[in-house]
Formats: sequence, C-alpha cells, structure tokens
Amino acid sequence: MVFEKVKEILMEKTDKDESEITLETSFSDLGIDSLDIVEMSMDLEDAFGIELEVDEKLATVGDLVKKIEELKA
Amino acid sequence: MKRVVVTGIGAVTPVGNNANDFWENLLNGVNGIGPITRFDASEFKCKIAAEVKDFDPLTVLDKATARRTDLYTQYALAAASEAVADSGIEGKVAEEEFGVYFGSGVGGIQTLCDEQAALEKGGPRKVSPLFVPKMIINIAAGQIAIRFHAHGNTMSLSTACATGTSAVGEAYRAIKDGYLTAVICGGSEAAVNPLTIAGFINCTALTHAEDVNAASLPFDKRRSGFVLGEGSAALILEEYEHAVQRGAHIYAEVCGYGATCDAYHVTAPSPDAVYTAKAITDSLRGVEVSPDEIYINAHGTGTALNDTSETKAFKQAFGEEEAKKLTISSTKSMTGHMLGAAGAAEAIVAVKAVETGMIPPTINLLEPDEECDLNYTPNKAVQKDIQVALSTSLGFGGHNACIAFQKYEG
Repeated sequence: MVFEKVKEILMEKTDKDESEITLETSFSDLGIDSLDIVEMSMDLEDAFGIELEVDEKLATVGDLVKKIEELKA
Repeated sequence: MKRVVVTGIGAVTPVGNNANDFWENLLNGVNGIGPITRFDASEFKCKIAAEVKDFDPLTVLDKATARRTDLYTQYALAAASEAVADSGIEGKVAEEEFGVYFGSGVGGIQTLCDEQAALEKGGPRKVSPLFVPKMIINIAAGQIAIRFHAHGNTMSLSTACATGTSAVGEAYRAIKDGYLTAVICGGSEAAVNPLTIAGFINCTALTHAEDVNAASLPFDKRRSGFVLGEGSAALILEEYEHAVQRGAHIYAEVCGYGATCDAYHVTAPSPDAVYTAKAITDSLRGVEVSPDEIYINAHGTGTALNDTSETKAFKQAFGEEEAKKLTISSTKSMTGHMLGAAGAAEAIVAVKAVETGMIPPTINLLEPDEECDLNYTPNKAVQKDIQVALSTSLGFGGHNACIAFQKYEG
C-alpha cells in the first residue's frame, strides 16, 4: 500500500510509466533530486499521518518505502 | 572593440506566442488587452490586463521541469528556446563564451504568494522545497543556461520596467568588450496576480478603464495609467565575425546603448527629463544618422507623467524641430506593459523595424495631447526606410535605458 502511494506520486511528478518504477529503482534514474524527495515527503506525511525526515541515505524507491513502513509501525 | 549583431529572436507575448506572430499582429494593430482571467478581479478597480493566451508549457518543457518552474521561467524558456533555434547557434559557439543575461521585474511572484499561503495554512513544514529555486529572480537565467550549456557569465538584471533593455544593452557591452562571443538576453514577467495588480493600483500606475480599446493610450489626452502585460522576449546577440563565419542570418547590428539614472524619485520620472535624454544621446554616440531615418519604439506607458516627460526627452536629445522628423510609436498600446519583459520585446520590434522598414502603430491614439506633439505613428502601420531604430525603457527607481540597432546591409 505504501509502495502504491509512492508510485502514484512518482508517476504524477515524472513522465515515467508504472512499469518503470520498482522497489529497486533509484531516484536518480527517475530524474528525482533531493528537492523533489522533500516535496514528495510532504504529500506522504499527509497520506500516512507521519513525520518524515528526509536524508541523503534515501537512494531508491525501496529505501523510502521501508522508512515509511517503519514510521507507521 | 568587437561589432555585435542580432542573430535570433523569440517571444511569448499578449499578441502572439512566437516572434513572427508577435510582429505580424503588431503591424496589424491587434490589441492584446482583455478582461483578467487569471483570478476574480471583480473587487479590483482594475479589471483588465494584457495576458498571454493559450500558452501550454508542456510544448516547450518536460513535465518535471514545468512542475519545478514558475510561469515567468516557463515564458523565459519558451522565448529563449525559440531564439536559440532561430539563430542556429547551438553547438556552434564555445560553451564558456556563451552567456545568458536574462532579467525580470518581480520574478516568481505567484510562487511567492502560493507558498506564503501554504505557510499560513500548514506551518513551516508545508513550504515547498522548490519555493526558493522557483521564485528567485535569477532562476530564469539559470534554467536557460542549464538547457543550452551556456557556461559563460550568466546573470540577471533587475531595473524594473527597464530590465529587458538593460539585459540586451549589457549583453551588447559584454560582447563588444570581448568577454563573451554570444549571449541569450532578454526579460520575462508573469505578474498578472492579485497582489501585483493591487500594488500597482494603489501606487496609481494602472488605468481603471474597462473598455479595452480605450485603456492603454500612450500619448493620448485620455490616458490614465498603464495596462499590465506579461510574457517574455529573447534575443541572441553575437560577435559579428563569428556570426558571418558560421553563415548566420543577421537581423540587424547593435550600434549603441545608453544607461542612466534620474536619481530623483522612486516612481515618478524627473520632470526635466535630462537623464532620459542623455541615455538616448549616449546610445547614438558615433552613429551618423538624421532624425528622419530613425524609428523610436518609445517606453510610452500611457501614464500621465511618462508620456510628457519622454516626449520632452526626445526633444532634448534631437532638438525641438528635429524631433518632429522622428518616427515614434508605442507598441504598449497593444501589448500592455510587460514590465521586465517589455524592453526585450520592444528591442525585437526595433530590430524588425530596421530590418523590414515597417513601423508598427500606436493604436487607439485618437485625441493627441498638446504636450505630446511628435509623430507617434497613430493607428496604422507605415512603411519607412529607416536606418536606425531605438528602444527606450524607463523604470521605477529612475532607470533610463536606450538600445540602438542599425540596418545591416550584408
């Protein structure tokens, strides 16, 4: 469910198709930089009722999904 | 000293979203002014503007770039891309000798308003990380440089309503003095929003007229303020030998630039017009031309003070009688006042006028003011074999700028 939401936001922000976004996909491959990740985290905070601090360790879609799942737990 | 020529033009304006439509519509006297559509202006004393129509950023930008840019930068990227394509310079100039001089009067002011609203509604965590890099006044220049790998000096000038002319003039000097080989220069503005309109209404600059054909009235007795316009215009200035060697189309040669400051008042022009006249005289230093061979695209905003003081400046610069031989017009009668983009759009008009010998009119000029008694090309375009075309721009802060273009004979 978290992955679906992240994927939905990424598709809205980029011109990528659903098939191009997997847990292994890196943000740099999607043309997403740190500014975009912070902006995306604001939408995710609202969606999941969490406070998400973004750091440079978030390299892939899977990293972000894992972090959100931990915060939700 | 190097010679400098114009090899490319591009524009997004209230009367056309490319340079050719812009020029043709000006010659045909098309009025770009209409009711404000960007927000509900029913409570505002001013309800009209010269908006850009049918602009789709996705025709020039990918989705990600469009999302990360304010409208003012989108206009700038569209105009700059058209000018670069028109010049054919991409890949033909050393990247470190390719510069960008691109300004704006107010930058990403809609983004500023949106993020202020986000702050008030949701607190500091809700301010977009893209706020600063979308809003700042130099980011149009930065985005243009990124797109065209321009590694030479890239900067933004902001001289209010003179911004576009300052950018073109300073780019000319940079090439003339050998610092750069080619420059993408111009200005951009997207400020048709409630805050800007309210601010200009309250400083008594905007007309309250609702009849679009009796609103922007440069040099007319009925004038009562300017109409806000928007858009962007870009020119490619290039060192002459470089342009010739690569076989570029040369529209015109830049032959001079003058820049002064009234140092008098924040919004009002100095009544003696001495420093506006000096900017004009400086732009023609060393140029041999008689007034009947000159076209001037006037600043001509349609405010009470501008048009009389600008007329006075023309008379001081050329002499009371000689000034009557000038061919003048204000295309703001059709485009409204594009603020930081105005000088660049009007530089294109000057370039096209000197290239083609066609002079666009001042439309709706029906009741001449006794104090504005020169030839402002009322209502209909004329054909005139001019040798030099000037564009004057005057800005809040007392900025006076004048750029001069000479016919290029090949």
